[in-house]
Amino acid sequence: MSAVLDIDNLVVGLGKDAKAPRILDGVSLQVAESETLCLVGESGSGKSMTSLTVMGLLQKGSLVPSGGSVKLVGEELLTASDRRLRQLRATTMAMIFQEPMTALNPVVPVGRQIDEVLCAHTELDARARKKRILEMMEQVRLPEVERIFASYPHRLSGGQRQRIMIAMALVLEPKLLIADEPTTALDVTTQKQILTLIRDLQRDHGTAVLFITHDMGVVAEIADRVAVMRQGRLVETGALDTILRRPAMEYTRNLLSSVPSLVPRAPRADSKEPVVLEANELGKVYRERSLFGKTREVAAAKDVTLTLRKGRTLGIVGESGSGKSTVARCIVRLIDPTSGGVRLAGREISELSRRLLQPHRKKIQIIFQDPYRSLNPRISIGETIAEGPINYGMPRPQALEKARELLELVDLPLDAISRYPHQFSGGQRQRIAIARALALDPDVLVADEAVSALDVSVQAQVLELLDEIQNRLGIALLFITHDLRVAAQICDDVAVMQHGRIVEQGPAAQVLADPKEAYTRALLEAAPGRGWDFANFRPVSSGAVAN
Amino acid sequence: MAIETLPEPSIPITTPLRPRLGFLTATPIIAVATICLSLIIAVAVLAPLIAPHDPLLLAPAQRLKPSSAQFLLGTDGYGRDLLSRIIYGGRISLLIGIGTAILAIGIGLVIGLVSGFFKWVDAVMMRVMDGLMAIPSVLLAVAVVSLSGASPATVLVAITIPEIPRVARLVRSVVLSAREEPYVEAAISLGSSLPKIMWRHLMPNTVAPLIVQGTYVCASAILTEAILSFLGAGISTETPTWGNIMAEGRAYFQIKPSLIFWPGLLLSVAILSVNLIGDAARDALDPRMKQRESGK
Repeated sequence: MSAVLDIDNLVVGLGKDAKAPRILDGVSLQVAESETLCLVGESGSGKSMTSLTVMGLLQKGSLVPSGGSVKLVGEELLTASDRRLRQLRATTMAMIFQEPMTALNPVVPVGRQIDEVLCAHTELDARARKKRILEMMEQVRLPEVERIFASYPHRLSGGQRQRIMIAMALVLEPKLLIADEPTTALDVTTQKQILTLIRDLQRDHGTAVLFITHDMGVVAEIADRVAVMRQGRLVETGALDTILRRPAMEYTRNLLSSVPSLVPRAPRADSKEPVVLEANELGKVYRERSLFGKTREVAAAKDVTLTLRKGRTLGIVGESGSGKSTVARCIVRLIDPTSGGVRLAGREISELSRRLLQPHRKKIQIIFQDPYRSLNPRISIGETIAEGPINYGMPRPQALEKARELLELVDLPLDAISRYPHQFSGGQRQRIAIARALALDPDVLVADEAVSALDVSVQAQVLELLDEIQNRLGIALLFITHDLRVAAQICDDVAVMQHGRIVEQGPAAQVLADPKEAYTRALLEAAPGRGWDFANFRPVSSGAVAN
Repeated sequence: MAIETLPEPSIPITTPLRPRLGFLTATPIIAVATICLSLIIAVAVLAPLIAPHDPLLLAPAQRLKPSSAQFLLGTDGYGRDLLSRIIYGGRISLLIGIGTAILAIGIGLVIGLVSGFFKWVDAVMMRVMDGLMAIPSVLLAVAVVSLSGASPATVLVAITIPEIPRVARLVRSVVLSAREEPYVEAAISLGSSLPKIMWRHLMPNTVAPLIVQGTYVCASAILTEAILSFLGAGISTETPTWGNIMAEGRAYFQIKPSLIFWPGLLLSVAILSVNLIGDAARDALDPRMKQRESGK
């Protein structure tokens, strides 16, 4: 079988200068017909850069391929003219992206957008084109294709939009499909459907797929072969089974062992510590008044009851829109709940005014998802961490001393204190955010998807840090996540949310290993790579429980 | 854990609080604008030292003289030296321009910050601003000046009032998007007081757009002042301003067009320079530098 895509010793530099830093350095890959090659690596490893080079979409002038070759069905792409590349895109190679909402034009119905591809590259008349498009939309398993054909992107769900992107990419039956993190922005259940869809379409059409992902779970689901990248270089390539069972390189081993296991960790002994946080039938209704006085109500959270004891971790898991973040924000009083109550150390805080709430605020702190936006870029790290204590009357020198201690606690160098957020990586910034939250000695720490934006190895480090802090300070942790693997590794108890309600709640070992509710089961079923125990380089044996 | 993630390459940060002045010579045209404006400012500041004559000294015997060694640009209808009057006139124009910019930005910033943060203030304040914007600014200024008498202070106030809504709306829009940032929410949960949040976390975001807006306000104020003076609704005709000089020169336009030409030229050059520098500042402080924050 000949290779559809053959990348040989590809070098891409920053600028034309031969001595310029190399973004890609000696990358060699082959993808054969009907084969899926997964390109995995952490952010900045050069995996997306590789795909953009293949598509000829590198930023002109600033990123220059300076060596090697890229052959598509035997044709050299690096020296091809723009005109030829335009022809090849869509007809011979196609690409789908992470965020289908931004990849689609919001003011053109999706059917017409697929039609544009056919118009540009085929001689078919309007009727034949429409027939072809509807066929394709059925192939990607969209319901009511006639209606969706005429719909605008914002009327469709995330999964449906990604299906449209796939239909658009495959409508001309390209030989090569490049999928750049196509399921990262989707919920697990939708992700599973899209992965299955790509698999099936590939089988039917014999497409070669270059699949880019950072998620080892997804790799285990879809790959035939795996290529691991790091800092612009290829670490190793091999068949899926070989890479997962017997990785040759240290880096791959580390990457795999950082993937949290879906099997819940060994439960800790029941706690007799006092309850620090209680939510009683908490509810949040958003009211939307339309022009003619008709009110539409959306219940983002309903009857949410939670209990959290000192030194314990309670996880709230669910898909996007399940209301888990709403609950977190109500509890921290960033938004006001519309019903129910929140008791912090026995004191009801849900109806306190801003002024009366002030002394209680320090007892509960929050860490956000996006480490790039949660620190004020114009304020130094020391000032950022010291802000809370200063608000509560601590003199400045003492507050800065405290900031220094906290930096040490979260494993950052002391000179960080006078530096600014942009000088730190995502993981380091998340450590700073944790230090800032701890500066007020809170009883409860709310982590709202706090590790979701981080690479797995960094994620493992931050989780370790949270665990250590909890052991040392006896802090209670409310951990909001969509990632069941993370929940399984850090939570004592888990609450599963769907449509604003808690559908199942209990000890993690029970909820995640032996779920009672159908929805929880569906979530677990959909978790990618659930058959693999990555950290131990073997498939999950049936009935396994963490030792 | 053996894996060390490399910190992303640190990108030099240009916070608007530490502006770099390199943009003032970014292109030859902007360099020329910078030089012109510097000259105008220098001449205005040093007017008493530079001006060859007393700009107010009447000399009926010397009416409407053409250019000569004694009067470089000739004299006006009352025999006053035109060059000296233009030099002194620049003082008022620049004073009004810069004063308006500072005053409008100061007041607009406060209104914008407060209405961006409090919904109920917003509802009232923005309707007041809408009302102000609906009145033609020259008309409003004429009304204010004729009600309260013409002095540099009242003219300054009269020109400032119509500029405030533009600044307030700009600040409000910046605050509305900045207050959704997680770092602002983090400050709320850290128990920071509202004034502190506004000053420390929200206000710095408005600096870059305000510097740019300030130059536009300055240019438009210089023009409005000249219009008011020209219409006779501005500072009293005793004091030379570019608008006054042109207004008086209008009667002699056919005999001595330079009475209008020279102040008019300086007015145009000053406004053009300020606007060009404003454009350059906008390019240098482009809000899209936000890209540096967005990770990948």
